[in-house]
Amino acid sequence: MTRIDAKFAALKAEGKKAFVAYIMGGDPDVETSLAVMKGMPGAGVDVIELGMPFTDPMADGPTIQLAGQRALDGGMTMDKVLGMVTEFRKGDSTTPIVLMGYYNPIYSRGVERFLTEATAAGIDGLIVVDLPPEEDSELCLPAQAAGLNFIRLATPTTDNKRLPKVLQNTSGFVYYVSITGITGAAAAQAADVAPEVARIKAQTDLPVIVGFGISTPDNAQAIAGIADGCVVGSAIVKDIGAGKPVAEVLANVAALAAGAHRA
Amino acid sequence: MAEDGINSFMTGPDEQGRFGIFGGRFVSETLMPLILDLEERYEFAKTDPAFWAEMDDLWKHYVGRPSPLYFAPRLTEHLGGAKIYLKRDELNHTGAHKINNVLGQIILARRMGKTRIIAETGAGQHGVATATVCAKFGLQCVVYMGAHDVERQAPNVFRMRLLGAEVIPVTSGRGTLKDAMNDALRDWVTNVRDTFYCIGTVAGPHPYPAMVRDFQSIIGKEVRWQLAEQEGEGRLPDTLVAAIGGGSNAMGLFFPFLDDPSVNIIGVEAGGKGVDARMQHCASLTGGRPGVLHGNRTYLLQDDDGQILEGFSISAGLDYPGIGPEHSWLHDTGRAKYVSITDAEALEAFQLSCKLEGIIPALEPSHALAHVIKLAPTLPRDHIIVMNMCGRGDKDIFTVAKHLGFDMKI
Repeated sequence: MTRIDAKFAALKAEGKKAFVAYIMGGDPDVETSLAVMKGMPGAGVDVIELGMPFTDPMADGPTIQLAGQRALDGGMTMDKVLGMVTEFRKGDSTTPIVLMGYYNPIYSRGVERFLTEATAAGIDGLIVVDLPPEEDSELCLPAQAAGLNFIRLATPTTDNKRLPKVLQNTSGFVYYVSITGITGAAAAQAADVAPEVARIKAQTDLPVIVGFGISTPDNAQAIAGIADGCVVGSAIVKDIGAGKPVAEVLANVAALAAGAHRA
Repeated sequence: MAEDGINSFMTGPDEQGRFGIFGGRFVSETLMPLILDLEERYEFAKTDPAFWAEMDDLWKHYVGRPSPLYFAPRLTEHLGGAKIYLKRDELNHTGAHKINNVLGQIILARRMGKTRIIAETGAGQHGVATATVCAKFGLQCVVYMGAHDVERQAPNVFRMRLLGAEVIPVTSGRGTLKDAMNDALRDWVTNVRDTFYCIGTVAGPHPYPAMVRDFQSIIGKEVRWQLAEQEGEGRLPDTLVAAIGGGSNAMGLFFPFLDDPSVNIIGVEAGGKGVDARMQHCASLTGGRPGVLHGNRTYLLQDDDGQILEGFSISAGLDYPGIGPEHSWLHDTGRAKYVSITDAEALEAFQLSCKLEGIIPALEPSHALAHVIKLAPTLPRDHIIVMNMCGRGDKDIFTVAKHLGFDMKI
């Protein structure tokens, strides 16, 4: 059982929805993003998604693209992302951490070496946008063998015929992308998303968490209400990009978390 | 043919879209169902006589194919060695080989019921070809182009707009061809239901590398019968030379000859200011290593941490940090050889072609010609080189004038 599985079991027992929050590792520098990360559990974050910066983030909108660029311009590397997790784990041994990004920096490092280091640092799961089930032998299967969850994206274009293939090697939770589009795009309507979540839940016992296009506490509440939880990324990253102090960033995170937890 | 235990070099890709370890389908889930649908539709079209009849008709009456295979007598005499033939794909409608592929993809898009076409472009040749075919069929066309390229290729931007396309300057990332491709992919993921992504080169997720290669293979197929016509039954070229950015004109020339072991195959990458530690070049095979970008695994220019580097070349059409996956495989298996040519060498070749043959070449094939200039004098007079003159140079005269110190203001 990973920290992710344990967290969702605990939330279920309490009858609570999950609030998942994303930040880009090293944006705008390691010190700031580590401070935000450390404050997240206290602000009500149930699962932390930590972005690995990449020069060519094809699935991301301008907000997260710029965050990645700020991190890379500040000298962010895979070593430093892993270092942030190691540092975080010194004070928190229960909050699940999911690393999110693109395949090339992992492939470049070597899958085996990456998995050894990620596990040692205290990472619990991976979301790798450009690895569909057709490429499972690359990272998904080795990651599961190494004890990490591999969290897959399901999307509005994933029809019922394809869904079993998407769910087959998914673990931890299913991340439902609420819109066809990129991160930070227009808000999804809970009424449109609800039947999609039901469609997925009919084929899996895993928690279904909805992301993309959620930016306010009300959005978070509405979307979490029709799923097992929701993810907010761009809305938090935008505050960091605007140079707001860590306390202010975390106050917004707390408001978003409260929205999700009201559901 | 037996080389490295491989029976044929023409059977790829496999069911996973792989050429050896290269290729594949590294895309987000949103695009996956569409890519599988595209693969199915293409597999059907490939063996559908009606599809090829439509292609042949348009190639002949709209593009002007077959393009001539031209023996270049003064160039041959000047270099004093191998006999040099130029495959004149710069004479196609829109001035480059790009339209060969665009026609195929747009016919497929229409069969799939897609009404909106998007494309990325570097030098603007693929954008112009896409805008042209969209105008012909009355389809909406959106072209993504790096803001830096919009500036240095202004005539092509105007052409695309005249043809009714919307040209979107891309400022994300560093505003180059790879960023244009990122933004095209972002558009596609957003408008996946009605939009067809017309990729301009033999890269991207499967089935694009194979599909674009198949459409461009008309180049090599024509060379086969045209050379026999001029040099006698059964005469094959001894050496093929083509420039490579993504590598579509090269794949088109090379593919029909992959299983003819007597044919030497040479791809020419853009060496920019020189292939060395400064990384001011676009020679992915000579100066890169395998990685995953834009839907496929291939050789990429990247740093130690797997971050993608910017290419650098005088030619906007070669300015891409990757290369088609089939080239990566041909490189690793040794079936094809890849070399690099610097900006300065390409500029020299550009001028030589103008003076000796009355052909103003694009900067892209000027790279191929620069290698021919090095190679031909070392070969006997009965050796035949076929070089792909894949584009004309009208678009490049401003860049060349600047480098030669010529004032274009009238």
